[in-house]
Amino acid sequence: MMKISTTLLSRAAALSLNRSTKLSSYFPNHHIHNQHLLPNNLVGPISCFWAHHSTTSANADGNLDKSPLPANLRQELMPRHVAIIMDGNGRWAAKRGHGPEVGHDAGVIAFIEVMGLCARWGIPVATFFVFSSENWRRTKAEVDFIMWRFQKMLEDELQNFIRQGIRIFTIGDTSLLPISLQEVLEHTKEATKHNTKTQVIFAVSYSGKNDIVQACQTFSKKVRNGVMEPNEVTENVIEKELETKVTSIPSPDLLIRTSGELRISNFLLWQLAYSEFYFCQTFWPDFGESQFIEALQCFQKRGRRFGKRI
Amino acid sequence: MSALQIDISWSFSLEVTAIQAYRTMDNKQNRNSITSNLGHIARRCLFGILSMGPIPDHIAFIMDGNRRYSKKYNMDEGAGHKSGFIALTTMLRYCYELEVKYITVYAFSIDNFKRRPEEVNFLMELMREKIEGLIEEDSIINQYGVRVHFAGDLKLLDESVRLAAEKAMAASACNSKAVLSICIAYTSTNEIMNAVQQSCEENWDELRILDSCGAAYGLTDYSGNGDTKDRKSIVVTDIEKHMYMKVAPNPDIVVRTSGENRMSNFLLWQSAYSILYSPSVLWPEIGLRHLVWAVLNFQRNEFFVQKKKKQH
Repeated sequence: MMKISTTLLSRAAALSLNRSTKLSSYFPNHHIHNQHLLPNNLVGPISCFWAHHSTTSANADGNLDKSPLPANLRQELMPRHVAIIMDGNGRWAAKRGHGPEVGHDAGVIAFIEVMGLCARWGIPVATFFVFSSENWRRTKAEVDFIMWRFQKMLEDELQNFIRQGIRIFTIGDTSLLPISLQEVLEHTKEATKHNTKTQVIFAVSYSGKNDIVQACQTFSKKVRNGVMEPNEVTENVIEKELETKVTSIPSPDLLIRTSGELRISNFLLWQLAYSEFYFCQTFWPDFGESQFIEALQCFQKRGRRFGKRI
Repeated sequence: MSALQIDISWSFSLEVTAIQAYRTMDNKQNRNSITSNLGHIARRCLFGILSMGPIPDHIAFIMDGNRRYSKKYNMDEGAGHKSGFIALTTMLRYCYELEVKYITVYAFSIDNFKRRPEEVNFLMELMREKIEGLIEEDSIINQYGVRVHFAGDLKLLDESVRLAAEKAMAASACNSKAVLSICIAYTSTNEIMNAVQQSCEENWDELRILDSCGAAYGLTDYSGNGDTKDRKSIVVTDIEKHMYMKVAPNPDIVVRTSGENRMSNFLLWQSAYSILYSPSVLWPEIGLRHLVWAVLNFQRNEFFVQKKKKQH
């Protein structure tokens, strides 16, 4: 762990100091927006961080105002709940001849940016598939790195979450996470519980099937204790017992999956019954504002029938 | 519309009618014709090449686009659904020739009962007629040894349709080469709800039996093990064994035509890891090339999955 953190610290130092075009070749596809506000030679993830903060304004209580939507998006057609499978970190890094840790590091930058966009554009709920129950099968080194990097992101970004009015929730079996990460997650949830602009749900160690099973176990106990009959377990009752009960909008309107994989991978199975799927070839570290706008534009063009016609 | 536009749309309609007629003849009467035999031989060669790689065990189809097809070719709405049925029998034939063992089709969703009553009645009548046709001796079911299974809340169907479905299941029960699951009066959330209810009931019954044997008072449990600390709690397999779709493994590919990219409450549990394929073609226009493309994508994906497994 010390070795990983030393390596990354040295990389982060190199990134922050290196403002030449060499950095742009390290992140060639990372889209930088609002560049006119920045020094011309500043590129890469650090500039993206500054871009995000310099284009927003704080009001009297320190919460960021909602920015107007890009011109080609209509407010009344914006999804109320966006779910995102952040796929492709490993392949993004492999393409550049690096290990998966570099990809996850770059993926966190995109993660922070997209969370910020959801808050700026007033999307009420956003769920991110941070770590699936199947991801535990990856190598210990990679899993340890992901846990460490996620914890670091939470610690570094807490004040930004508060400023942006983001309230954090988690779904999934967090008891399997390292104790320090569990504590940081609890602290983050507690510190952001009064925020009301956007609800961001981290799906960590999450499985859509296990979500349904845990609801079933709850009903089974109630049936055993005589509190309810089996036939009282209806679809509405099940939905209210799933882990997404933390939010009032449990079903995503839009699911985005990056990196070209065309599957759901055991994410929010019940909740995605009528969601629109958007699959793009972009790897997650390259997913930025323009890609998000494209996904939202595509969503806004779709005709949703909710089963009235198959 | 100008005279020219009317002529073009009329000739399209004629062309479409000709294609449908060919598919119907190919399916029924014209099996021994030269063109049909040549087509069959060419397909067998193509499938022979495809079979050098892994073939999916289970393909599921969401047959979307019948109504848009009928509007596109200025046909009656009912004609669109009938064309859809012809496309279905063609695709089934291709899949069985390719030796895909399990096929599932989304024929009628519980949500579809919200459509106009005339359309619902028409669809019920069409389904009854086609289900009865499955039992005929020269049907595709008997030709390929397919067992038919109807998945869904069959109590919601008209009695005539439900009886036809039960008759078809009984008549094909001895077939064992392949399984065709027809999802009718089905939604995945309804299926899961039904499985959860049955799991809770079964769990409750098991514990009542344990209690009646004295297991609740620290005596031996039903199996005589003596360990009563862990009361049996429901797991994934308990729910899966009560699903309507327990007769088939999880689909490898879910195909939805007409370019729509959503599941519409179809096989949500079972398609957790399935490849989703959404060609823009309308269902009645689906053809061999779409099946080949879906299988090639599956084979490419399987190659990467096996590669990843070897690395770990």
